[in-house]
Amino acid sequence: MLERHGSSIGQPLTRRDGPDKVTGAARYAADVHPEGLLHAVMAVSTIARGRVAHLDLAAAQAHPGVVAVMTPENAPRLARSPDEKEGPVSFRLDLLQNDGVRYASQPIAVVIAETLEAATEGALLLNPRYEAETPSVVLGAGERFTPQMVGAGLPAAMGSGDLEAGLAAAEARIEATYDTAAQYHNALEPHASVAEWDGDRLTLHTPTQGLYPAKARLAALFGLPPENIRIHSPYLGGGFGSKGFLSSPQILGVMAAKLVGRPVKLVTRREQMFGPVGHRASTRQTLRLGAKRDGVLTGYGHHTLTLTSTYDDFFEPASVLSRHLYACPAIATNHEASRADIPTPLFMRAPGEAPGSVALESALDELALELGIDPLELRLRNYAEVEPLSGRPFSSKALRECYAQGAERFGWASRPLEPRQMRDADGLLVGWGLGTATYPAGMFQGEARATIRADGTALVETAAQDMGQGPWTVLAQIAADGLGLPLDRLDLRIGDSDMPNGGLAGGSTATATTGTAVHNAAQGAVAALAALATNDPASPLYGAGNAGVTAAEGRLSRRDDPSRSETFSEILARAGRDSVEAKGQGAGEPASRKAYAMHAHGAVYAEVKVDPDLGQIRVTRLVGAFAAGRVVNPRLVRSQYYGGMIWGVSLALHEHATLDARSGRVMNNNLAEYHVPVNADIPSVEAILVEEHDPHVNPLGIKGVGEIGITGTAGAIANAVWHATGVRVREIPITLDRLLG
Amino acid sequence: MNRFDYVRAGSVAEAIAAGAEPGAAYLAAGTNLVDLMKGGIARPERIVDITRLPDLDRIERLPDGATRIGALVRNSDLAHDPDFARSYPAVAEALLAGASAQLRNAATAAGNVLQRTRCQYFYDVASACNKRAPGSGCEAIGGVTRAHAVLGWSAHCIATNPSDFAVPLAALDAVVEIEGSAGRREVALEAFHRLPGDAPERETALEAGELVVALRLPPEAAGFAAHARYLKVRERTSYAFALVSAAVALRMEGSRIAEARIALGGVALKPWRCREAEAALADREATPEAFRATAEAALAGAEPSGDNAFKIELARRIVVRGLTLARAGTPERVPALPASPFAGAHHA
Repeated sequence: MLERHGSSIGQPLTRRDGPDKVTGAARYAADVHPEGLLHAVMAVSTIARGRVAHLDLAAAQAHPGVVAVMTPENAPRLARSPDEKEGPVSFRLDLLQNDGVRYASQPIAVVIAETLEAATEGALLLNPRYEAETPSVVLGAGERFTPQMVGAGLPAAMGSGDLEAGLAAAEARIEATYDTAAQYHNALEPHASVAEWDGDRLTLHTPTQGLYPAKARLAALFGLPPENIRIHSPYLGGGFGSKGFLSSPQILGVMAAKLVGRPVKLVTRREQMFGPVGHRASTRQTLRLGAKRDGVLTGYGHHTLTLTSTYDDFFEPASVLSRHLYACPAIATNHEASRADIPTPLFMRAPGEAPGSVALESALDELALELGIDPLELRLRNYAEVEPLSGRPFSSKALRECYAQGAERFGWASRPLEPRQMRDADGLLVGWGLGTATYPAGMFQGEARATIRADGTALVETAAQDMGQGPWTVLAQIAADGLGLPLDRLDLRIGDSDMPNGGLAGGSTATATTGTAVHNAAQGAVAALAALATNDPASPLYGAGNAGVTAAEGRLSRRDDPSRSETFSEILARAGRDSVEAKGQGAGEPASRKAYAMHAHGAVYAEVKVDPDLGQIRVTRLVGAFAAGRVVNPRLVRSQYYGGMIWGVSLALHEHATLDARSGRVMNNNLAEYHVPVNADIPSVEAILVEEHDPHVNPLGIKGVGEIGITGTAGAIANAVWHATGVRVREIPITLDRLLG
Repeated sequence: MNRFDYVRAGSVAEAIAAGAEPGAAYLAAGTNLVDLMKGGIARPERIVDITRLPDLDRIERLPDGATRIGALVRNSDLAHDPDFARSYPAVAEALLAGASAQLRNAATAAGNVLQRTRCQYFYDVASACNKRAPGSGCEAIGGVTRAHAVLGWSAHCIATNPSDFAVPLAALDAVVEIEGSAGRREVALEAFHRLPGDAPERETALEAGELVVALRLPPEAAGFAAHARYLKVRERTSYAFALVSAAVALRMEGSRIAEARIALGGVALKPWRCREAEAALADREATPEAFRATAEAALAGAEPSGDNAFKIELARRIVVRGLTLARAGTPERVPALPASPFAGAHHA
């Protein structure tokens, strides 16, 4: 094996894509304007159940500038029904193949025009009439059933031991039910397509977290070989799971371009983001915890009731984190659901873990109160040395260090046990809370290609996706170390579906998966170069054998005699080669994945202040300490943790889609009223990077950091609100009316 | 967006002539109107651009001590005018508690006062709304009503007025100066916005084609400068409409209140001036008991219009807090978190 001699990994480099983004040079999908571009605007349903009976096509078509109206009457027929699933983790789409309506804000027509304004007005002029049926959208209203699986293929029910016996043996028990609200992803960049057909070849600019799955879905729907489709997605203005799979609006843009035979741009309007592009369903979680007086758990049950659509399956896996987190001899985790006239929920920012964590961490604090034990102490007494349900060892787990370093930085030791004990100089109530963060260290499959060129530079290509998490920078760092090249001699290209499959930017797997692929490709290219040199009698490296060579600063050197070296260029020139290239794979290693439980962990400490009379809440301090294996770039990793923790604030206090139960419509479908935190809500957030060495998770030792920050945080805030006020609020987000007393 | 004619007015007279045509709407910064047009809620046939009108962007101190705010003065410019902020600190605080910095930089003074309700059923064109389509009904009733009115609502409309700025203006007896084809007239701000009654589509005292040219604070308004606050309770620290807000201004003589002014925001379709409560406080010692009684009086007659009973108690508490803060004295500068309970209040 070659040794890595690089020094790029671990450096707090600034974003390589930063200057382009802040100057506007980075072109997002909707910034692309091919010659002859038309604009498309969707009309969406205002009913949640029924069918479209009439559209005023004449009015829309008569509007100046309108070129065409796409409806089920004339929409291109598809080679495969959009209701046909491509696999267990594939979702039914609404592509104007019939006049049915199954949720509010479902696309029912697309107006294509010379200008955006004309298309917008055309869509309004359609003035649909419906045959409406009474919708049902309320959690708990429909018939309950147990899903076959939850999340991305996890069992709905798992447990060990006898929960009832465990609870019966307890000396303290709590049972509490927590509600979490429906949320919509609301990336800053709406889902957009700029589609251009050339015969049966398609060029599509659209943001996606998965270029290859997107290409495969389009190929199936349009009956094309995948190689006829090229998707560009160099930058996403946020995804959060809603761009994991192509959504209906993105594909409708492609269909519109096919219908009119010209390039078409379709950008989802903000209010249309509350419908066809995914959301997190509401949950009702019941936690039953029992413990001995010393705090040691004797049993715990985590039950989730959630909603899914009438026409497809996705189930928020909120109970799943209870399978991995705390040691207990008797654990029962399960899920039930009912169907409603809502769009199919989807993966969203730590699906399952986020709402599950706020309920579980709240319940633990309720138990701590019952026992009179410090919340941190309670968590330490139930520290899982092995994964609770499977009994497998953890590949690495520095959670104890996270608790300790976070507590030290935060000042947890001086926290009074009782609530309502702390006030600031202005008389505001102050509360401190804690939550454990956890997220699986998963990997998908990815591939990369590395090419070392005769001029001493290298090209690394992989169809990876940048949704702000930093692949332009971290993949370059990994590549630079793998190749033994300085960063300025490295050309990294991502975001194009003609490149090797870069895997999915989802499930906090991207850096682990694609990074491994890049690392392996880079090593492969260096090995190919080494083979040329060590077999060439004219080379100073002749006879060293691959294993006897190291790469650094664009040179190969003999391991046993570093003075014997030559540059990449010299090797290629003598061999008469333009380049050497290699591909590398990134995927979890099955044997180690079977033998070890792999999770990132963390501890989040929150301080809130609450106005004692007015109930208004503000998170004044967040300290998170996280252990997630090797840190490729501390600056960007911190940024990921900050972002996650801020989403935690959002979950705990802000985000809440309010549906009118009569119509099924989301009433606060705009960013003025669907609240996410603003800067003034985040006065102080700190992330501590806790050292963790993981020899099993992948060759680079990387765990994902994208989503873990949201877990732990919301629970810590809920617990801090209780500590400030003495009021336990079990409806998330926590709103001030609950605190008025 | 519908197609419309665009007219750029060069003078107030030109604007009024153009604005009197059926289907005309005045456009200043457009921070509200353009949104409404994008959503199909407002569909004007003629846009009369008043942004180039001369002389309407000035803040003038009049010889009698009144202050005239030109209709086109930007919210940020007004709030950051040192003389204005010193004389009317609660108004400055309210301005800075509204919207976002970007919106405040664009939005005009008259536009702020004229902004339409944020009732989600008004914005949702698929919902029945008597404001948008007179006689169609009020679908907000029985719907998502957490933010709706608790005072002055009717069976025809339960919306609220979202302006922060208008609340201290109402408390300080501001006057709206209006130009129309029949000449200039004035309306007290308190009477400018209408309660819904059975005609919620009639939102203000403006007649067709009339143009607000200025807002005027009378000479005595500056007499409250030493004890004036605006306080706003909302669900995030910035860029959120008030659940409930209050403007409180006191003229103190020693420990006694000579005169009190109180207006509430977020509770009704107009800024809600609490005259009876004010009168009960006049010439009294500023005690917590008096403040609580004042709060009770201010909310007398309040009734939930849906799932919003909490707003009544919240409004009482914000009156007490507003009085407490106003008595303690206006801060030297507008706090970094304007109108916020986290601005460095004194509760104890």
